[in-house]
Amino acid sequence: MIMAWLILIPVLSGIFAWSLELRFRGSARWTALVALAVGLGFTCYLAHQPFELVPSGGPYFMNLDIPWIASAGIHFHLAMDGLSLVLVLLTHFLGIVAVLSSWTEISEKAGFFYFNLLWVLAGIIGVFLSMDLFLFYFFWEMMLIPMFFLISVYGHENRIYASVKFFLFTQISGLFMLLAILGLYFVHGKQTGQYTFNYFDLMGTPMTGTMGILFMLGFLTAFAVKLPAVPFHTWLPDAHTEAPTAGSIILAGLLLKTGAYGMIRFVIPLFPEASAAAAPAVMALSVVGIIYGALLALSQTDFKRLVAYTSVSHMGFVMLGIFAWNTLALQGAVVQMICHGLSTGALFFLAGILKDRLHTRDLGQMGGLWATAPRLAGMTLFFALASLGLPGLGNFIAEFTILMGVFQVNKIIAATASLGLVGAAVYSLWIIQAAFHGPLKVKKTFADLSFRETAALTLMLVGLVYLGLNPGPVFRMAQPSLDHLTRIVSITNPGLPNPAKPFSFNTSTPHPSENPGGTGHAIR
Amino acid sequence: MQYVDFIAIGPLLILAVFIVAVMLLIALRRNHKTTMALSLFGLLASFGNIPFAARFAPRAVTPLLIIDGYALFYMGLILVAAAATVAMAYGYLDKQDEAPEEFYLLMLIATLGSMVMVACNHVGSFFLGLEILSVSLYALSAYTRARTESLEAGLKYLVLAGVSASFLLFGAALIYAETGTMDFATIGAIFEKAPEARHSLTLMVGLGFLIVSVGFKLAVTPFHMWTPDIYQGAPAPVTAFVATASKGAVAAFLVRLFAPIDLNAWPSLYAIFACMAVGSMVAGNLLALMQTNVKRLLAYSSIAHMGYLLTAFLAGGKNSAVFVAFYLAAYSVSIMGCFGVMTLFSEKDRDADSINDYRSLFYSRPWLAGVFTAMLLSLAGIPLTAGFIGKFFVVSANVGSSHWGLVTTLALTSGAGLFYYLRIIVAMFTPLTDGESVPVSQKPSVPVLSAMTLTALSTLLVWLGVTPSWFMELIGRMIR
Repeated sequence: MIMAWLILIPVLSGIFAWSLELRFRGSARWTALVALAVGLGFTCYLAHQPFELVPSGGPYFMNLDIPWIASAGIHFHLAMDGLSLVLVLLTHFLGIVAVLSSWTEISEKAGFFYFNLLWVLAGIIGVFLSMDLFLFYFFWEMMLIPMFFLISVYGHENRIYASVKFFLFTQISGLFMLLAILGLYFVHGKQTGQYTFNYFDLMGTPMTGTMGILFMLGFLTAFAVKLPAVPFHTWLPDAHTEAPTAGSIILAGLLLKTGAYGMIRFVIPLFPEASAAAAPAVMALSVVGIIYGALLALSQTDFKRLVAYTSVSHMGFVMLGIFAWNTLALQGAVVQMICHGLSTGALFFLAGILKDRLHTRDLGQMGGLWATAPRLAGMTLFFALASLGLPGLGNFIAEFTILMGVFQVNKIIAATASLGLVGAAVYSLWIIQAAFHGPLKVKKTFADLSFRETAALTLMLVGLVYLGLNPGPVFRMAQPSLDHLTRIVSITNPGLPNPAKPFSFNTSTPHPSENPGGTGHAIR
Repeated sequence: MQYVDFIAIGPLLILAVFIVAVMLLIALRRNHKTTMALSLFGLLASFGNIPFAARFAPRAVTPLLIIDGYALFYMGLILVAAAATVAMAYGYLDKQDEAPEEFYLLMLIATLGSMVMVACNHVGSFFLGLEILSVSLYALSAYTRARTESLEAGLKYLVLAGVSASFLLFGAALIYAETGTMDFATIGAIFEKAPEARHSLTLMVGLGFLIVSVGFKLAVTPFHMWTPDIYQGAPAPVTAFVATASKGAVAAFLVRLFAPIDLNAWPSLYAIFACMAVGSMVAGNLLALMQTNVKRLLAYSSIAHMGYLLTAFLAGGKNSAVFVAFYLAAYSVSIMGCFGVMTLFSEKDRDADSINDYRSLFYSRPWLAGVFTAMLLSLAGIPLTAGFIGKFFVVSANVGSSHWGLVTTLALTSGAGLFYYLRIIVAMFTPLTDGESVPVSQKPSVPVLSAMTLTALSTLLVWLGVTPSWFMELIGRMIR
């Protein structure tokens, strides 16, 4: 029941915040903050449970299954494993940051703003917890409308264009996923006589090769658009640039992660053969995304647009790690999801702060700001360094682990992908140089970071340092699920039946005693 | 006729009694409020009689009418749509110059006609119902006489409905000449059980003419041309009624007519319907993209929705009738809500049908904008609304029958369709810049009845969107 509450809290408090704001101005942000803090509290409480609760059968430690539209085999089915837990934790954390970032930015129509903010978060949490494909699609679509409003109502100059583009891209790709879900539903139903949308039942549905490829592509399209993978990435820079700060944080930090999550949870486990066939192509596409995103980022002058393109590059690493499909690369992908959420979220936050102070996002018009706003500059430097993958910070661990995992699968791809790190170094330092060094171009003085801003950024900073020095907890939390997934499906050697060890030292060990901590220990 | 027959057709009889009562009331004393109240009461009384009639269902009352769960379900739907129309027309007619009382009389008669259509079992009764409906709709479309477009709509509808009725009559005559029966169940059985009938030219032409006539009424491609003009010209409440009750009745008839026939085993007939469905989805959605007039936009969108409906109908299998019914209910609720909001903002000389009329509505009337947004999202098929569940079942049924072409068309065209619904929504959320003003007053007085109706429709919309099970079961119970 606690999982249903995780979704219900933001839903209800969204309505509450909106109606309260009509009566008392300025109350909505408090409502949102309190609601998310309560949710975070719940999740933290859960985070202390899993290791005792893991049942021997699988990595899920919570399950909630209520018939919803029983005649069609649709259930309100939520389950939580370490992977979901980590992402739900991230959702609440970034949700709080998003609220803090819009504390003063949104003064008009604040009730509707926080309503949408909370509903997006509810949809995202739902996506991370759903184990019924209908329910998953339901939440997948539910994230969309509030996000659309966040951009189209509270965004910048070109917001309508950006929001409509975002909506059409994600909605149309989502329809393909719906078709694939239904196709899978009927293929399974016809073979077993049991018509169900249950994820666990649908896993391992036998189907012909073409069918598998088509269904897999249906899912993959939806997730690749969200991720975003080249060539479906064009909505992202527009949406990011025009969105309000909180919108950008949620978009980069959470919405993109739903795409990656979908690949880990659905694409590969449901369609192992098709994914195996597509894996080389998808990995190649990821590398293209990594390099192309970095190159495009280099040529941007708009702060937010630049960061948006770095997202394309960083999320390329995530996709690469997922399709390498060994525990090591997957661990890296999960950590990358979190670190990217934190570092990019922070960079968007900083871009929003600069925009708020200077009324421009153009890096060409900044310059020499270090003297005016040293705290702001220092923070930006930190997150830019995190983004370029400085050792000691989370992103380094993540990208390094991914590359290590990928290296075992395909050396050329791993080598090419590592070029993205060079690009990352260049564009990250370019942000710092353009905005904070050189001659001072902005004459007027402005306030440095306020206490609220510093507090929010410090939280993210601490998170990144912690993950960089001690990624073990995240590895350990995600480990059982990833081990489980790589054990039951293998895409690297599709010919072998249930191969436990595609590679020598890292993956799934049937006997935990041989390698008690798994990869988590190996890394630390 | 026996005593129970009268109870079985109770909903029809009660409505007929109220029609006479309303007519007499108008003759005795013209009063807008009383007339409206009596009409609304009549509709609700008729609705309240459905459970009693259901006790004796299914029952053939004379060879003309069959009162079964199917008919009663659609009667209920039509009565609810009519009641919503009447409730929302009150404020609308208050602003007009014309005497408002006859509007309710005509509306009740049109409702009666639609109800006869869904219960018909015979060409004769179908024709009667269709004409009762059409003749009242001519007058209703032209009700706001001072507006030229309203007159144009009335005249166009007259001509087109006349043509479609003649197709129907000629088709029925041909079928009768060949089979010697005008009973739909028998005709259907002949087509299903005697495959050689499918090679008879006379029968095929007759059937073709029937389909043409139904196609006109449903406004599916290639018989859709009249829709935008009528939607635009007719007063908003009338348009709402045309879009819901009138189309619903025809769709119900279509499903009943082809119920005995297995479409999937008759490729040429299947192809005809599939072409109409695909054409409607493509044409409706693409043409709607260009519109700046909300009524025309919704007209094209309704063409697309009739395409979705045909897709549901084509899915075949035992559940297809259930899906059609659910889809129609969801669609009716949403479109009724859209036109309901539109009636509120309409003024004496024109309806609020330009997208510009809704600019920044969210800031002046957040609740109404919210309702309108919800209705549009439901038409677009977004979760939490009834429209999503409806569309989901349509897609799911067709995937189940492996009709991939239809399903892919549906997915792609409804993706394009999102764009025009979003345009209206975006307009509502776009603030006015300084010095700009909106063509209509965005601070209309909202009559209590309209507010109640919109609240009820919105509640229903979300309720069906979140827990559709009970409604599906209700439909399943009544229809089978």
